[in-house]
Amino acid sequence: MLGQESALRKRNSITKIHRKSMNNSILLKSFFAEVGSLSKFSGKFLSRFFIPPYEINELFKQCYVIGYKSLPLVGLTGFIMGLVLTMQLRPFMIDYGVESQLPAIVGIAIIREIGPVITSLIFAGKIGSSIGAELGSMKVTEQIDAMEVSGTNPFKYLVVSRVMAATLMLPVLAILSDAISLYGSYLGVNIKGDTNFNFFWIQVFDSLEFRDVLPAFIKTYFFGFAVGIIGCYKGYYSSKGTEGVGKSANSAVVVSSIMIFILDLLAVQITELLGFN
Amino acid sequence: MSEVNKNEYNHVSEETTVLEINHLYKSFGNNHVLIDFNLTLSKGQNIVVLGKSGSGKSVLIKCIIGLLKFDKGSIRIFSKEIRNLNATALDKIRAKVGFLFQSNALYDSMTVRENLEFPLRRHWIKLSQEKINEMVSQALTDVGLVHTIDMMPVELSGGMRKRIAIARTLILKPDIILYDEPTTGLDPITGREIINLMIEIKTKYNTASLIISHDMNCVKSASDLIIILLEGKCYATGNYQELKSNADPKVKQFFE
Repeated sequence: MLGQESALRKRNSITKIHRKSMNNSILLKSFFAEVGSLSKFSGKFLSRFFIPPYEINELFKQCYVIGYKSLPLVGLTGFIMGLVLTMQLRPFMIDYGVESQLPAIVGIAIIREIGPVITSLIFAGKIGSSIGAELGSMKVTEQIDAMEVSGTNPFKYLVVSRVMAATLMLPVLAILSDAISLYGSYLGVNIKGDTNFNFFWIQVFDSLEFRDVLPAFIKTYFFGFAVGIIGCYKGYYSSKGTEGVGKSANSAVVVSSIMIFILDLLAVQITELLGFN
Repeated sequence: MSEVNKNEYNHVSEETTVLEINHLYKSFGNNHVLIDFNLTLSKGQNIVVLGKSGSGKSVLIKCIIGLLKFDKGSIRIFSKEIRNLNATALDKIRAKVGFLFQSNALYDSMTVRENLEFPLRRHWIKLSQEKINEMVSQALTDVGLVHTIDMMPVELSGGMRKRIAIARTLILKPDIILYDEPTTGLDPITGREIINLMIEIKTKYNTASLIISHDMNCVKSASDLIIILLEGKCYATGNYQELKSNADPKVKQFFE
């Protein structure tokens, strides 16, 4: 009797393990299917990008919507980031007797890493979700089909223009955000200390080198492309009605945020290899 | 009975035929949506395709306009087989075929004016702004909604949105209009107005229309010919009175 029970328990646990491994393999399969599908979508973007007609008007419109309209949010978060970073660092710098190096340290941190990454994450939250939701709702309300019937290639009109606008605008936003962050930092230094405006900026720029600025600037193009293409991909293949639109917007933000970190990691490795660090 | 009627109604002069569907098949995996479907639409004729929800009516018109690819058979619009057309040639055909979507598919981010201008600018890029303004005004006059020109779609009622969608369909002066369930989701009075508008359009512009519907008021008022789509096939064909008096229980269920 006891032997039968233990055999039954053993069989149940084997079934559970089997089911778990089955679930894992399904998850893994769907992950690779998603990666494959996204790669195919990116390939389609690259192939369509060079073929006329070029949707220049739509590109300018999207640059305005994606770039200009994101500036207040990006600027505000940049300002707070610079201010808070300076205020948090100041006590430690005083403890180590290097308070005078505060502008240089903050400058390098913001320009090299924090500025581009935080700006890109804010951008992913705002633009990734809005592109995902916009294209998703267009898909479920047949607006994309209507566009196709109206003699327009919806992929070129909607996807290529948005991805290009995101790719071009994020570096600009990152530069502006860096500048605003440094201004926040200047105010942070002056809350408890007293630094001349010109002297602060001279200290910041003296500490920066070409190898600090260029890789940070270049990687924002890739971050922008990732946010644009993932947002468009999630929206363009949205399904299951309004519920699907919400899911598209949500997963666009999650996936593009993860992608930003992965690209950042790769960028560090590549700059290391190229001798920029 | 169905076969006899089909042959009788399919016998239309070649000169007036604007749309011809022969032996059309469309499946989604193991789900066979259209099986050997045939249809002939002539200039100035209104055909209603009647069927239950999920019977493949919308799939049929999406195949006609090239939004879905069909598996087998042929669809000829103005004697041109659409299966073999490239994107440019297909766009030229689409400029002559209006499509009214079930959900209206008005662009939410554009005003009514921009919604109407969109197909004009895409199909006829070389039109002057004056000509575009004139055509937009004419289309809005046809549907009685000139005052909504600078409004956003979200500010309009369901019936008004449907009318604007019809105006957008009309603006290219199509020879064929495909209506995908034009009265679905509308109250009976607004539905009646939309049906009257469809009849007016046919009378004024002599367009051929293919109407997908299961609204019997629409079927009765707007049809010259009714095709009952059942189990993917063209089950019965006839005018309203003929089909209403049909003894076949599968046909009768639509008219009870």
